[in-house]
Amino acid sequence: MINLTIDNNAVSVEEGTTVLEACKQIGISIPTLCYLEKVQAIGACRVCLVEVEGVKDLVASCVMPVSEKMVVRTNNRRVREARKLVVELLLSEHEGDCQTCDRNEDCELQSIAHDLGIRKLRYPGEKAARYQDESTIGLVRNSEKCISCRRCVTVCTQMQTISALFPQGRGFKTIIGPAFANNLDTVTCVQCGQCAAVCPVGAISERDQTDEVWAALDDPDKVVVVQTAPAIRAALGECFGMEPGTLVTGKMTTALRRMGFDAVFDTDFSADLTIMEEGTELLTRLKRALVDKEQVALPMFTSCSPGWILFMEYYFPDMLENLSTCKSPQQMMGTMVKTYYARKIGKKPEDICMVSVMPCTAKKYEAARAEMNDSGVQDVDIVLTTRELGRMISQAGIDFAALEDSEMDAPLGLSSGAADIFANTGGVMEAALRTAYELVTGRTLPFENLHVTPVAGLEGIKEASILIEGTLPEWSFLEGITVKVAVAHTLGNARKLVEKIRSGEAEYHFVEVMTCPGGCIGGGGQPRITTDAVREARIAAIYAEDEGKPIRKSHENPDIIKAYEEFLGEPLGHLSHKLLHTNYFKKERV
Amino acid sequence: MSNSDSSGICCCEKEPDKKALFMELDEVLLEYRTKKGGLIPVLQIAQGLFGYLPEDVLRYIATKMDKPYSEVAGVVGFYLFFSTQPRGKNVIRVCLGTACYVRGGKQVLAAIKKELGIDVGETTEDKVFSLEVARCFGACGLAPAIMINDDVHQRVKPARIKQILAPYCEPEMENA
Repeated sequence: MINLTIDNNAVSVEEGTTVLEACKQIGISIPTLCYLEKVQAIGACRVCLVEVEGVKDLVASCVMPVSEKMVVRTNNRRVREARKLVVELLLSEHEGDCQTCDRNEDCELQSIAHDLGIRKLRYPGEKAARYQDESTIGLVRNSEKCISCRRCVTVCTQMQTISALFPQGRGFKTIIGPAFANNLDTVTCVQCGQCAAVCPVGAISERDQTDEVWAALDDPDKVVVVQTAPAIRAALGECFGMEPGTLVTGKMTTALRRMGFDAVFDTDFSADLTIMEEGTELLTRLKRALVDKEQVALPMFTSCSPGWILFMEYYFPDMLENLSTCKSPQQMMGTMVKTYYARKIGKKPEDICMVSVMPCTAKKYEAARAEMNDSGVQDVDIVLTTRELGRMISQAGIDFAALEDSEMDAPLGLSSGAADIFANTGGVMEAALRTAYELVTGRTLPFENLHVTPVAGLEGIKEASILIEGTLPEWSFLEGITVKVAVAHTLGNARKLVEKIRSGEAEYHFVEVMTCPGGCIGGGGQPRITTDAVREARIAAIYAEDEGKPIRKSHENPDIIKAYEEFLGEPLGHLSHKLLHTNYFKKERV
Repeated sequence: MSNSDSSGICCCEKEPDKKALFMELDEVLLEYRTKKGGLIPVLQIAQGLFGYLPEDVLRYIATKMDKPYSEVAGVVGFYLFFSTQPRGKNVIRVCLGTACYVRGGKQVLAAIKKELGIDVGETTEDKVFSLEVARCFGACGLAPAIMINDDVHQRVKPARIKQILAPYCEPEMENA
C-alpha cells in the first residue's frame, strides 16, 4: 500500500493507483473529459490537473500514479484557475449551440464548464474548418463539436478493432475521423455506435428519426406499431433521472400508448421466436454433421447483432455459413407484424408503419438492408434508439415517473423470461440452451435457477460445456456428447474467438456474439455514459425481469405456440424459412 | 491510330515501372515490418520511390504492416514532409525553423513564390518545381537554408533565387 496526502487527508491506496482514482476513493471528484474508466487514460485534455508538491508543473491526475509520501492538492487557486483556462480554451473552438444540440443537459463539456464557474467566453477564438458526416444510416458526426478527446478512437480501435477513426492532421486543424478525414462510408464502420456512446459532447450521435415517427403517428391512414427491445426496459428510466437498472417495462408501455401507437409489441416475443428457429437450426446442423456425416458449418454463430453481421461480412467472409440464418428479433417482429398481424387486423403491409426502439445504432442500418423486405415492403420502417424514445416522451409532455404500469398488446406482446436476457452478454446462449436442452432430453436445463453462470458476467470471452445424457429417442444421436459453447462481447473479443476457431485452436458447437460491451444493455443507442457499474445494474434488472416471469422458456410461450399453429407451421418450415431467415453477403473492405 | 499505339506503349512501359517500385517497397517492408516505429521510415522511403504517397501505396503499406489505414493516413497527414499529391520533378523545401525564420527565411519563401508563381503546397504547371516549407533540417548555422531535392543551399538571399533554380530547369537535369 502507498501512503499519500490529498488535500490534507492521509490516504492509503494500492500501488499503481492513479491520483485520480485515489481522489475518487476518498470522495474527491476531479473533472475529466478525455478520461473514461476502463476505456482510456491518456492525459490529453488536461482538465484533471492537480498540484503535486515538489513537481514544478501541474500534473494530469488520470495518468499520474501515486507514490509514497506524495502530497497532492486538488483544490487551490492555481489548480482551479488552470482547469478553468483549459476548459475556456476548449470552448473557444467549440461550436457552442447548446440550446439546439442533442446533448443539451447531457453534455460533459457543458456540465464541467458550469461546475468550474465559467460564465462568459473570454476567448471567442477562431474555429477550425469542420465538416458534418451523414454518410451512414446509423450515425451522424459533427466535427464542429469535437474536442479531440479520442475516446471514440480508443473504442473503435482497441475495443472493436475496426479502427475507422484516428486523428487526422495536426494541431488546431486536427480532425478525428476516417483516413484523410473522409466519411464513415469509406471505411469498414459497422455502425455499432460505441463512438457515440462514449462521446462526451455532441460530436457523434445517432441519426435522429423522431420527426419521422411523429409524422407517422399524425397520419390517420397509418397503423403505427411499435416494438421495444429487451434492453430498453432496463435503461429508459435513466433518460428521466432514474437509477441505472430501474425496470420501467410497464411505464414504457403506457407512455408508448399515450404517444399514440396503435399497438405496442415486444421484441421479446420475436426473441422467443428466434430461439425456436435458431435452436432448431442448431439441432439440425448437429444432426446433419453427426448422423448424416455431412460437411456442415460449425460452430453456429448467433445472428442477432447487426454490427457483428457486418463485421463478419467485412472481415470473415469465408465463415458466413457459420452464421445462423435467423433474422434478428427486430427483423422477425417486422415481418410478423406486416404478415401475421396485418392479416389479423385486415390491413395490407403498406398500411402499417413499424417502429422499433432499439439500444442500438446499427439496427437503423439493419432495417434498411435490401434483404429485409419479406413482407413485400420494408419490414421495419423506422428505428429509434433508447435516447430518441426518451426525447419523444419528453416532447409529448409525459411525466414518465408518474405513469402507471400497463401490459403490452396481444398477439405479439407476450414473452418468456428467456427473451428478456437477449439484452445481455450470455443471454441468447442461456435462452437457447433452456429450450434446446429440454427439447433433446425432456428435462429442465440442469443449472440453478436456469442461469448458465459460466457464460454470464462481463468477462470478454466465456465458455461452457454441457454433457447431454438421457436423450429422448428422437435425439439419441446426441447421447453422451458434450456440447461446447462460447460467448464473446465486443468485436475485439469476437475477432480473437473467430480467429481461434478458424485456426482450429478452439472448437465449439455454438457461439454467441454481441457487438457491444456487456451486450445490448451497453449498446450504442443507450443513455450515456455506460460504465461497467451501469452495465451490471442493467444486467441485474434484466435477470430480475426474467425471474419474475411465470414462463421462463421460449418454447412454453403460448402465443409462440399459437403463431406456429395458426400461421408459421413449424420451425424451419417452409413459411418460417421464407419469412424469418435471411442471407449474408461478402462485403469489400473499402 | 499512331496516337493510340504510342499511348499503348506508354502504358506497357509504365506498368512494369510501378511493379518494380512495389518490389523495391517490399524489400523495405521486409526490413521494417515488425520494427517498432517502422512506419515513418517506410513512408519516407516510399515517398522517395514513388515521388509522393499515392493511395494504393498507403493501403499496401497499411496492409503489409498490419496497421489501420486510418492510422497510416493520420501519420501522413501529421507531417508536412509527406505528400499525397503528385509533385514536380524538383521539390523545394524552404526552412522556416527558428534560425532560418529570423535570418530571412520568410523573404526567401516570398521570392521563390514570386519567381515560380505558385504557393506553398503547389506545383508549377510544367511540373518542374513543387514548393513546400519545412521546420529545420539541422543547418541552422547556415541559415537561411533551403533544400532542393537532396541538395542543401546555404545563406540564401532572395536576390539569388533565380540563379539557384536555373540548373534545375534544364531538361536533362536529373534528381541528385
